[in-house]
Amino acid sequence: MAGKVMSLAGVVGELRSGMTIGIGGWGSRRKPMALVRAILRSDITDLTVVSYGGPDVGLLAAYGRIRRLVTGFVSLDSVPLEPHFRRARQEGALELTEVDEGMLYWGLLAAANRLPFLPIRAGLGSDVLRVNPSLRTIRSPYEDQEDLVAMPALKLDAALIHLNRADRYGNGQYLGPDPYFDDLFCQAATRRYLTCERLVDTKELLAGGPPQSLLVNRMMVDGVVETPRGAHFTSCVPDYDRDEAFQRAYAHAASDEEAWSRFRATYLDGDEAAYQAAIA
Amino acid sequence: MSAPTRAEVCVVACAEAWRGDGEILASPMGVIPRLGAELARHTFAPDLLLSDGEAFLMAGDTVEGWLPYRAVFGVVAAGTRHVMMGASQLDRYGNQNISAVGDWARPRSQLLGVRGAPGNTVNHPTSYWVPRHSPRVFVERVDIVCGVGYDRPGGRFHEIRVVVTNLAVLDFDTPDRAMRLRSVHPGVSVSDVVAATGFPLAVPDGVPETRLPTAAELALIRDRLDPDKRREREVP
Repeated sequence: MAGKVMSLAGVVGELRSGMTIGIGGWGSRRKPMALVRAILRSDITDLTVVSYGGPDVGLLAAYGRIRRLVTGFVSLDSVPLEPHFRRARQEGALELTEVDEGMLYWGLLAAANRLPFLPIRAGLGSDVLRVNPSLRTIRSPYEDQEDLVAMPALKLDAALIHLNRADRYGNGQYLGPDPYFDDLFCQAATRRYLTCERLVDTKELLAGGPPQSLLVNRMMVDGVVETPRGAHFTSCVPDYDRDEAFQRAYAHAASDEEAWSRFRATYLDGDEAAYQAAIA
Repeated sequence: MSAPTRAEVCVVACAEAWRGDGEILASPMGVIPRLGAELARHTFAPDLLLSDGEAFLMAGDTVEGWLPYRAVFGVVAAGTRHVMMGASQLDRYGNQNISAVGDWARPRSQLLGVRGAPGNTVNHPTSYWVPRHSPRVFVERVDIVCGVGYDRPGGRFHEIRVVVTNLAVLDFDTPDRAMRLRSVHPGVSVSDVVAATGFPLAVPDGVPETRLPTAAELALIRDRLDPDKRREREVP
């Protein structure tokens, strides 16, 4: 078996401008933030981002890297609204494909199953259909004749996810209460990158949690990076909770240009080691 | 015991939204809806399921089940849920907006996004909680339809149960399913509500007062569910 251990720079080196990239986690929860920060250090841009949006979207938007965003919301959870996403929308700086949260799930599920679409009730009657004129409905061929939204597959060029543990072959484990949709992001993508809090031997995985915690296996992953506190400042329970103070500072820094350039200089202009040192 | 506060009247009015719902998931969003759902379960709706807002179903302090986000979407599709959402805008037919204010293409104020509102409203009963009843929220037409109203094709599972505000309880029990004033909270007049609503409200003759909390309900709210009075911060 081939080891798949890479560096953050190695992963980013495989990404290209213009790609469609899915980002795992949810809101401000277990986001692959170290990978997002690595993208900020690169010149990769013009991205289509598919995400249950949190500060991953905010940071990429703040750096002008998103051409199109596919999402149902962008939120920092404890801070309801994401300031950089808000500004990008209000300035018309990114295109938006806005769908119901369940539709996003269905789109990933369709891609994971190599189906062109999956029918779903969500979206009917709402402005989701108005603001996405390319969305189609489909009529049930059975007696009920029900009309449903044909949610198209959300096929990804790359998926970025962060889990608690992984081995060097790409078997990955979540130890918190919610897997979110990280397995589906991998299954919907051509190239799949997993960062983890700690790389362990394969036989250590089951010592850490039950078999159901083994969310992704090595068929679903192309590259693994060990990034301790790699989800910071989002939560990565049970390894750590969200850094609420830092998140508030992040949100506050977005309020004016000078504060934001100070924040960038303090935390984001260096490499990941510098970031981790600055927050320690 | 001191007289019920406005916030406590609101908690009970929210609780009433789930009366008769049986063994389904109650999904309250906001402090007062959360207290309402808990109050309902402690009193007249003991079979309700409640989550911790993360991935666990909680029977009081005891974890009784697992409900990660992906399973929530299963519950939504199954219809065994009654959500009480917030609303940045709400119109006379119950269309709701939490996405953005202004033109969708270039909003004046970007908010959360549609979230689960489209799926919620076409799959299972939906109610709304508005802590500050004003013409800014109750508008003639919402800018972006997230939650589906009665003048749009909501399908066979569509039901908007009630709208609870800091002033009143409203519903859609009219021939054309336009919003109607069901009750006013003690100390609020019908004209107060009409003035705070940005569209013509259906006002029946003799609008009753929202019912007061019982002594047992007040004791539950004050001593057990919300000793820190978080409710008074949401509705002063």
